[in-house]
Amino acid sequence: MNHAPAGARRPGRAAALAPLAVVLAALLAWELVVRLNGIPPYILPAPSLVALTLWRDLPSLLPSLWFTVRITVGALLLAVAGGVLLASVFALSRRVERALFPLAIVLQVTPIVAIAPLILIYVESITAALLICAFIVAFFPILANTVVGLRSADERLGDLFTLYGATRWQRLRLLLVPSALPYFLAGLRIAGGLALVGAVVAEFAAGAAGRETGLASRILEAAFRTEIPRMFAALVLVSAVGIAIFAVFDALSRWLLGHWHDSELPGG
Amino acid sequence: MRFANGVRALEGLDLEVAPGEFLSLLGPSGCGKSTALRLAAGLEQPTEGRVERSRRARLAVVFQEPTLMPWADVFDNVRLPLRLQGLAAGEVRDRVMDAIARVGLADFAGAYPRELSGGMRMRVSIARALVVRPALLLLDEPFAALDEITRGRLDDDLLALWREQGLTVVFVTHSVYESVYLSTRVAVFSQRPGRIVGTLQVDAPEPRDETFRATARYAQWCLQLSAALRAAHA
Repeated sequence: MNHAPAGARRPGRAAALAPLAVVLAALLAWELVVRLNGIPPYILPAPSLVALTLWRDLPSLLPSLWFTVRITVGALLLAVAGGVLLASVFALSRRVERALFPLAIVLQVTPIVAIAPLILIYVESITAALLICAFIVAFFPILANTVVGLRSADERLGDLFTLYGATRWQRLRLLLVPSALPYFLAGLRIAGGLALVGAVVAEFAAGAAGRETGLASRILEAAFRTEIPRMFAALVLVSAVGIAIFAVFDALSRWLLGHWHDSELPGG
Repeated sequence: MRFANGVRALEGLDLEVAPGEFLSLLGPSGCGKSTALRLAAGLEQPTEGRVERSRRARLAVVFQEPTLMPWADVFDNVRLPLRLQGLAAGEVRDRVMDAIARVGLADFAGAYPRELSGGMRMRVSIARALVVRPALLLLDEPFAALDEITRGRLDDDLLALWREQGLTVVFVTHSVYESVYLSTRVAVFSQRPGRIVGTLQVDAPEPRDETFRATARYAQWCLQLSAALRAAHA
């Protein structure tokens, strides 16, 4: 009885424990279902077997993991550079935005699985093709969010900058960039996940070819050989990459916005 | 003065501001008094006519909202005008701290706007105007969004700053009582297109304080202005 108020005083730890408990309970239920019903591993492997397979196959999966990470991060860097650059141009000229934005939307709404085969035909290097596919899906959220962010600067603050004779560079650095930052970071978080999706989907479309390949190729190979536990093990690694990307950007966002933006304040 | 959509905001506006005076522009919302202030600040260009201002007269503006940078603390917010002039933080430190102390926020230099009350944010906005050491201070309904008590206190603070610094102040307001309490002269605006329908000299003895509000002359001035406003907007 005395523990209840003590626990209530530390909501942070409780908040971290709750999802962990849910995951553990789900894994436990899965394990029990598999064991009690005697389900064979080629139908559904138990989590314990997946973990074991992951441990055993890690040396052969690690190069693929590294490849997928490189494609994802590379595409993300390109998307940030391209998205921010184009957003700055859009922010400077409404006419350019009107002319180019529909094109960006077409790229966004066309499913990457549908474009990937074409890109794979036209681009000789598979690595480059994968990079382009992942870039296409990660690009739009960064562009769209940064455009909104650059436009969302307080008009009165803009007046103040005019009044006190700010140069274009000062206006960009001291007003537009900080105003756009929360929007850009929200876009970055979405783009991070999408870049991974793009990298994996494009590799599925490419098939397990080439010397250097990523986790999608390992999943395809394992499927051909009906090595279901290995498929799950590779899947776990893909998820781990996604979670890591999210965690990094979440921390970045908290570090940059924590002291002033409503979205990063406790209880906000 | 015309807006892009063809609406005439101001017409036949002829107003001279004498050095050292505290001039209020009084009128209801949407009468063009804020536009007049933006013209005076050079934030808008008149479609006809001109605005003359001594080029050496340093100018500062306080808007209706505090208009602070939420990502910067009080010190950096107040420092902004000097930073835009290319002065480094080190060389203006004392000047910035002095402006912050002048509005009574010396202990809050490191605080962020969201940690401050509405009244304190407005004080930061005033400190940011004072830091440029203005000769002419333009205020656009600066205390309209504040509660009565905070507003009264900031009115007194503003009067004290005006006296001590020898400022020329142009103050936009829709409050008859506030304009009489603060000003040495009040200009009454008519409805759009805004014109000045009359001015009132408020020769109350300085320094003014709460007791001024209890005098017969104060009540008389308020009545006079209310009548002028009613006549202009009938």
